[in-house]
Amino acid sequence: MAINWFKYSAPSTFYELAGKLAPWFAWSAGILFSIGLYIGFFVAPTDAQQSEAYRIIFIHVPSSIMSMFVYLIMAGYAAVGLIFNTRLSSMMASALAPTGALFAFISLWTGALWGKPMWGAWWVWDARLTSELILLFLYFGFIALHASIDDPRRADRASALLAIIGSVNVPIIYFSVKWWNTLHQGSTVKFTGTSMHVAMQQAMFITLAACWLYAIAMALARVRSIILERERNTLWVAELPEVRS
Amino acid sequence: MKPRQKRFAYIIVAVVALGAAVGLVLYALKNNVSLYFTPTQVYNKEAPQGRSFRIGGLVEPGSVMRRNDDLTVHFSITDNTRSMPVIYKGILPDLFKEGKGVVAQGKIEADNIFHAEEVLAKHDENYMPPEAKDALDKAAKAKSDAGGAVATPATGKKID
Repeated sequence: MAINWFKYSAPSTFYELAGKLAPWFAWSAGILFSIGLYIGFFVAPTDAQQSEAYRIIFIHVPSSIMSMFVYLIMAGYAAVGLIFNTRLSSMMASALAPTGALFAFISLWTGALWGKPMWGAWWVWDARLTSELILLFLYFGFIALHASIDDPRRADRASALLAIIGSVNVPIIYFSVKWWNTLHQGSTVKFTGTSMHVAMQQAMFITLAACWLYAIAMALARVRSIILERERNTLWVAELPEVRS
Repeated sequence: MKPRQKRFAYIIVAVVALGAAVGLVLYALKNNVSLYFTPTQVYNKEAPQGRSFRIGGLVEPGSVMRRNDDLTVHFSITDNTRSMPVIYKGILPDLFKEGKGVVAQGKIEADNIFHAEEVLAKHDENYMPPEAKDALDKAAKAKSDAGGAVATPATGKKID
């Protein structure tokens, strides 16, 4: 029997589904974080160049990758919302933005903490760091633009345009270390392979998976609040047990 | 076209146009986006003359000399084609090492030496335990010794 996926494009049905799924994603994120960080701190060997300080990579790299992925997904939802006029897609875009901004912030913050002892500077205006900072500002811009327009549908359309245009920045971040001379080193994880010890790789990919699950859990939880807020005048919201009591 | 197809087409066109525009701008600003100049670029006079800029490359092996009485250190930055003598007074980052990446900010004075105000270390993207690193270094050394002995014994001697 085929599942009718379009059923879940209605906010009322998706609200229920998201409520059921979010705890599963949150718990598995927590478990994977513990496993990944355990391997990262206790199993993975010391690095030949940077000794113990490299271990911040297990937070820095997953959050940097996620800050870019979440942006693309957010822009994708925003584009779908703009093209097909689907309410839920725009709500998902709004739900993803704070999580993406958090990842971008963690990426910059852990990068600064890592850069000071290794490079000798908290911050340099190289292409990689600057384009990641622009990504953080794009998230802030998206959130602020959406919040500044009272009519939610108009806010969706305006911020969707910003999200779509800003997505040009993501390939720039990724390729910046290839295209220009930067202080930031090249990519460790490449399409052709990973130049990293196996246990380090395992820890990094497990924390990356945990970040994915965390992002999904947060987006689902947040979209529920957005649905409730936007549909507060509808009958189905009024009849929800958690609203009635 | 249906309105939704129209909107889709508009968005595709806008993103492609914007991507092309950004690409062209970044291409035009290539030298400004890059954080540093290589020694070859400096010798070709592509770096700014008479004012501060950044130079980057590898610390030339065997070039690091420290003065005994203060923190002044002399070394050369090389891109394996050209090399630039550098003088710096201050504390070097932990990862500063011969044969490793480095980026220095400063300017070339009348003595044709790059006077650095700031020296940053640039590390590579490879992460491995020290034992693996030792094994790799040994393998590389064995290979270069063998290759040097067969092909050009003279250069092999010069390195020693």
